Amino acid sequence: MSSTILVTSATMADGTVGDILVRDGAIVELGRGLSAAGATVIDADGLVALPGLVDLHTHLREPGFEQSETVLSGSRAAAIGGFTAVHAMANTSPVADTAGVVEQVQSLGDAAGYVTVRPVGAVTVGLEGRSLAEIGAMATSRAAVRVFSDDGKCVSDPLLMRRALEYVTTFGGVVAQHAQEPRLTEGAQMNEGALSGRLGLAGWPAVAEEAIIARDVLLAEHVGARLHVCHLSTAGSVDVIRWAKARGIRVTAEVTPHHLLLTEQLASGYDARYKVNPPLRRDEDVQAVRQGLADGTIDIVATDHAPHPVESKDCEWDAAAFGMVGLESALSVVQASVVDTGLLAWRDVARVLSAKPAEIGRVAGYAEGIAVGAPAEFTLYDATASRVFGLGDLRGKGRNSPYLERTLPGRVVATVHRGYPTVLDGELVDTDEIAARAAAGGAQHG
Amino acid sequence: MKHLLSTRDLGRDEAVGILDVAEDMADVADREVRKLPTLRGKTVVNLFFEDSTRTRISFEAAAKRLSADVINFAAKGSSVSKGESLKDTAQTLAAMGADAVVVRHSASGAPSLLAGSGWIDAAVVNAGDGTHEHPTQALLDAFTIRRRLHGAAARGRDLDGVSVTIVGDILHSRVARSNVWLLSALGARVHLVAPATLLPIGVTEWPATSGYDLDEALAEGPDVVMMLRIQSERMTAAFFPTAHEYSRQWGFGDERLAALRPDSMVMHPGPMNRGLEISAGAADSARSTVLEQVANGVSTRMAVLYLLLSGSRTGGEGEA
Repeated sequence: MSSTILVTSATMADGTVGDILVRDGAIVELGRGLSAAGATVIDADGLVALPGLVDLHTHLREPGFEQSETVLSGSRAAAIGGFTAVHAMANTSPVADTAGVVEQVQSLGDAAGYVTVRPVGAVTVGLEGRSLAEIGAMATSRAAVRVFSDDGKCVSDPLLMRRALEYVTTFGGVVAQHAQEPRLTEGAQMNEGALSGRLGLAGWPAVAEEAIIARDVLLAEHVGARLHVCHLSTAGSVDVIRWAKARGIRVTAEVTPHHLLLTEQLASGYDARYKVNPPLRRDEDVQAVRQGLADGTIDIVATDHAPHPVESKDCEWDAAAFGMVGLESALSVVQASVVDTGLLAWRDVARVLSAKPAEIGRVAGYAEGIAVGAPAEFTLYDATASRVFGLGDLRGKGRNSPYLERTLPGRVVATVHRGYPTVLDGELVDTDEIAARAAAGGAQHG
Repeated sequence: MKHLLSTRDLGRDEAVGILDVAEDMADVADREVRKLPTLRGKTVVNLFFEDSTRTRISFEAAAKRLSADVINFAAKGSSVSKGESLKDTAQTLAAMGADAVVVRHSASGAPSLLAGSGWIDAAVVNAGDGTHEHPTQALLDAFTIRRRLHGAAARGRDLDGVSVTIVGDILHSRVARSNVWLLSALGARVHLVAPATLLPIGVTEWPATSGYDLDEALAEGPDVVMMLRIQSERMTAAFFPTAHEYSRQWGFGDERLAALRPDSMVMHPGPMNRGLEISAGAADSARSTVLEQVANGVSTRMAVLYLLLSGSRTGGEGEA
């Protein structure tokens, strides 16, 4: 296949229509009526061209939990969802708390070639919350880690959190906090409220999230560090972040697609597909996080893609694992929850799913979006499509999607990463072909 | 009725209907031969993931009086810790041809999962799931109240205007939940009394009133006082400072018994912590219904098994 791609008549995020010419991994020309001999032509008439999506919060499970997901299978799930970069969370086995592990994850991602895989380093050794992991070694490794997180667990010790915020600053990094006060959520199963009381499921109170966020923004202010808040889920959390930003505190926040669309009512049937951490909340919370995303209080959308084996969900609620897969459905869910409801335009989607997460994660090449000279990282999306989301739409190993049998808008038609297509005509390009492209491109990019 | 998972699913007429069948079953207990041939050839499995000898033998007696074959399956542990998963257990029982599964599980919702999963096509009876519900306990409690109030003329009656005060660990009590939904559906006025730590968030949305002061509640002269068991694991989890303080504030002792209207009844689902939530004097008094509750438990569970298994079942629902 040619290394030249001509995308014709795409609708850009700002609404203008034009062609995109890609050569040797970069966008070389934009405008109407472009032509290039021998180019692979993609007719994008009626499709939205978005800059490559960047997920700041992905669980790829490798090493250690390959029955749930591998770097390759998770990369394929990402590509079909329109992503060109993902951040692989550190809760693997062994934990990504050393340079060796983060370099391994990064090289697996490079070899797979579907997306840029940026490893996240653990904040504390073994995610145990007792002593700092080798943050400097990970930051200066070949993986050049910039995001540090104990995600899945909260860095709850206030002194350790203070030190982490300060120390990470040394390397230009950021701590991404999973805000969950552990004592307030012992045995917690779902959002605490009238419904949890009726269902007899132990409550995960909003205050357990909000109290940690409030503490952390004050710590970040005190030490002058950057803080990122993972998967914020409550109206109160939005208020705390809004207050912190008004004070000039350097905090960024993310919301997941599922917290933008789904509510705790789904727990009523004890179907463990809807068990997730933080839990699905009330409708008021869903409205508040949508509003927060629209007004910029919440900076980004991140998937918290969390694949699990079937048996971890096909059981009693209490025994089931927390988490949902989300890469394949993220853009459709964002469209359903905040685009089709008029809260966000496509240029806002480009910001919250590409430019801003790349900025927080220090991923180069995404600042300008689809621009001449920028690396060719983009996705073509048919926002007019509608589909009943099913198992056939999933490309990772996880089957634990909360959207199965639900009608969702939109469909990714093509994804281009490093100048080569990873998705064409709505289907993934073959694994071997992508690996070969990556190997060739890898040599070129060094 | 295909399954009995929650008393929230029961309307007044349906609940009264079950209690009336239970009256018929109670009559059987007074006969010389205490056995009906109704469920001959049917297999009832008592699937207990949690120890509860009282509830299990009550269901066992109920099934045997209806001539059903009874299999007791004590499945220890949950799917993650040890042993086989709920799914495998259910499919095993299905392969053995169980007609009804009486399930007790530490996880809230496990019976609902069993009923809706398609793993097994049997009637599911919730015999207590986590901190969710214990519907047959509530039915036997309602039956006991109705019998005490109306005696032989109980058939067809609901509990309109009856005042019931439930005292204790509402937060963790499946008995309280099932009773709140059922008694209120039958027309009773339910009042809950507990320290604030043991009332769930959102209790104000329940069809019941609630308060903290037991003496104040007793001064209202309730028809029924239902004491709940305090689990030992609550003692160390800061729900209240000491057992002594709990007992003083929310225990039903001899003085509170003396203050109670003579025709009021004192209920307890058992097993009792004598001296903690209830005094020996109260437990053994003429106003106590504790032993009637045990006897009525068998009649009520006979009624439930009879209604689920005796032919009137219509397939379809929950069988997907």
